[in-house]
Amino acid sequence: MAPRVDMLYFFLIAVAVFFSVLIAALIVFFAVKYRRRSADEQPKAIGVDVRLEILWIVIPFIIAMAMFFWGAVIYLSMAKPPANAIPVYVVGRQWMWKFQHQNGKREINELHVPLGQPVRLIITSEDVIHSLFIPAFRVKMDAVPGRYTSLWFEATRAGSHHLFCAEYCGTQHSQMAGQVIALSPPDYEAWLAQGATGREPLASAGENLYQRLGCTGCHMAGPTAGMTVRAPGLQDLYGKRVQLENGRSVIADEGYLRESVLRPRAKMVAGYQPIMPVFENQVSEEELVQLIAYLKTLRSAEGGTEGSAP
Amino acid sequence: MTAAVEPKDNYLTAGFSLKSWLTTTDHKRIGVLYLLSITFFFLVGGLAAVLFRLELLTPPGDLVSADSYNKLFTLHGIVMVFLFLIPSVPAAFGNFLVPLMIGAKDLAFPKLNLASWYVFVLGGLFALWALLTGGVDTGWTFYTPYSSTYSNTYVSLMAIGIFIAGFSSIFTGLNFIVTIHKMRAPGLTWFRLPLFIWAHYATSLIIVLGTPVLAVAILLVGVERLFGIGIFNPAIGGDPLLFQHLFWFYSHPAVYIMILPSMGVVSEIVACFSRKRIFGYKFVAIASLAIAVYGFLVWGHHMFVSSQSVYAGLIFSFLSFFVAVPSAVKVFNWTATLYKGSIAFDTPMLYAFGFIGLFTIGGLTGLFLATLGLDVHVHDTYFVIAHFHYIMVGGAIMGYLGALHFWWPKMTGRMYTEGWSKFSALIIFIGFNLTFFPQFILGYLGMPRRYHAYSPEFQVYNVLSTAGASILGAGYVIPIIYLLWSLFRGKPAGPNPWGAKGLEWEKTSSPPPVHNFAEIPTVTEEAYNYSGTNEQG
Repeated sequence: MAPRVDMLYFFLIAVAVFFSVLIAALIVFFAVKYRRRSADEQPKAIGVDVRLEILWIVIPFIIAMAMFFWGAVIYLSMAKPPANAIPVYVVGRQWMWKFQHQNGKREINELHVPLGQPVRLIITSEDVIHSLFIPAFRVKMDAVPGRYTSLWFEATRAGSHHLFCAEYCGTQHSQMAGQVIALSPPDYEAWLAQGATGREPLASAGENLYQRLGCTGCHMAGPTAGMTVRAPGLQDLYGKRVQLENGRSVIADEGYLRESVLRPRAKMVAGYQPIMPVFENQVSEEELVQLIAYLKTLRSAEGGTEGSAP
Repeated sequence: MTAAVEPKDNYLTAGFSLKSWLTTTDHKRIGVLYLLSITFFFLVGGLAAVLFRLELLTPPGDLVSADSYNKLFTLHGIVMVFLFLIPSVPAAFGNFLVPLMIGAKDLAFPKLNLASWYVFVLGGLFALWALLTGGVDTGWTFYTPYSSTYSNTYVSLMAIGIFIAGFSSIFTGLNFIVTIHKMRAPGLTWFRLPLFIWAHYATSLIIVLGTPVLAVAILLVGVERLFGIGIFNPAIGGDPLLFQHLFWFYSHPAVYIMILPSMGVVSEIVACFSRKRIFGYKFVAIASLAIAVYGFLVWGHHMFVSSQSVYAGLIFSFLSFFVAVPSAVKVFNWTATLYKGSIAFDTPMLYAFGFIGLFTIGGLTGLFLATLGLDVHVHDTYFVIAHFHYIMVGGAIMGYLGALHFWWPKMTGRMYTEGWSKFSALIIFIGFNLTFFPQFILGYLGMPRRYHAYSPEFQVYNVLSTAGASILGAGYVIPIIYLLWSLFRGKPAGPNPWGAKGLEWEKTSSPPPVHNFAEIPTVTEEAYNYSGTNEQG
């Protein structure tokens, strides 16, 4: 993404330099050429030239539209992570960044990623708004309490890159910084495997939690003969379009799953009663991430692959 | 030039007691009261900037603590935006000049005008109170839930101050709108109005329509803070982005409240010192209104990485580019006005040149921020800081200083020293660019704004910026000295020292009498009729 953003940047620089120099040169040229030579000089009036006015309305407009489209195309691809992107869950808080990898490995203010593979960060905050900013990759996304945001990037150069908080968040705002460390894929695998003993992958931690919170009581794996279905099945849910009670429909992305765990009545699935308890303030951000990681693994044979959500 | 004589009876000699100033309803005196008050706040805000620029000289946070640093930039932002820039040109020069330029004896509601100054002072006192008791650390943007829940500083007190000060701009805006509609001299049709009046009319529309929304946003922060009612904090059922929508709905148009009046000033100055009617007068006039209208449709471009929907982002970006057009129209028309003019390099004209150049850079770098894919990278970095200082300092304050130097002889009846004033204009131009140009580079390199401590690789640009700020600071002090000096020793200016067109120059003395004109003038010609041919266009 960085080279694409830089190309656009250089195009805008070129436009900005061209017009700044043009205006400055015209001002200097006119100011010298038409400087006042005697106190009683009286220049002739010049009427408006509508063609000229139209010219300098239309030309800036066309250039501006070129900028708009170019910027929009890049923005749209920033908003659409590749299907094979590796998910990493990020929680910001005053004043640190906490990362959780799929296999349950956690880190603080450091994020290890493999070279040449897209990585998708799913971000939230425990307190105020923060913003995760990696200048080397030209990406930034706010960490907003109460919702998930996401960004993706693909590291192309090994080594460590700055990781900043870009949204002012209080006393230690400037210390809420760290490093993104890009490793070659074998090094990355080795790093991931370090200290694996006794660590639980996110999804299995989520499965334990799923049992403990009693979700299985209503959300059954599949319809069983002779039992009333009290809650929608969760198999293959992630990334699917869900029909809601109010006639609308939504894509079941992380944000939807999050909301439906915390405040089930916000978006009721069509055909079900609002009987699920509210889990707001019952599960932590980290536990929520584990639950969602588990829900994403509930795939039937024909149910698509991990990470296919928009 | 006519022999310069100072009239014995003028608005300044109408009363010397403190009471005569504090109970005046004369728009000219109220303009002077505003001028003094905002100069005070400008110095307060400037002092904060000096302190944090010194802190930023070295990468670690060593001169002041992190909390003090946060309070300093918050103080700088709040004071400069709400207590200096927003009132600056309209409340000081607009107050003084709107009635004079349209041939009226005063504004439509003189008592409301005085009330607006008192309300402004009251708001300012609350802000000072908040600052003196310990300060506020939310940034001038008051983002929730930090401001409404997490900050332990005097947010509510400051919120009250800003809430109150907002009413003073509403009063001023209302007064201008009514005055411009109802009190123009006979013959002064809309398209004969000076562009300064058009700019103030457009500004007043924004003030009246936008400020109440800021008042609501700030009030809701106070309600959540004091009573714990969940409006913005998601932990108690609120939505943090709602605040950003409300805040920017006012605060983006507020940028145009700051820049439009200065654009009006530049039109007056460029016309006078090139002895030409502003090229494309009608286009420049309509451009002011276009900016005022578009200004209300683009607030979402502050929220491209806030988790606002991608489609909203696309629409806000698209609309933001529309603002570029009327801004470009103004710059091209001012430049074209110089063509075949008779150009003099008096101090006000130097500021106008400075304005056009710096506003052009500020405007063009605004396009970078409206461009979606690029804004993601530069959002909340020093690139943004550099951009809006090119607009607000390079644009709005250059225009303010241009106005101060252009109308100072009218307001005081005295001339200042030409050499010193040109020297300080040059110093300000150099200091400004040295302060803020390196910040564009810093921003693209990735230095976030509002950082107390920073990574060592950013130091060289910060050193340049701090060096520039000290030059800029000196540049701002010099005018205070020679302008004060001119009050006592300056040569009498005479009614029209610049040979300018306009009722305030041609039909009244310097300083003007209490009721502005001996008799209400009748207007028979277009604005800026320097060639005497009364040609339209």
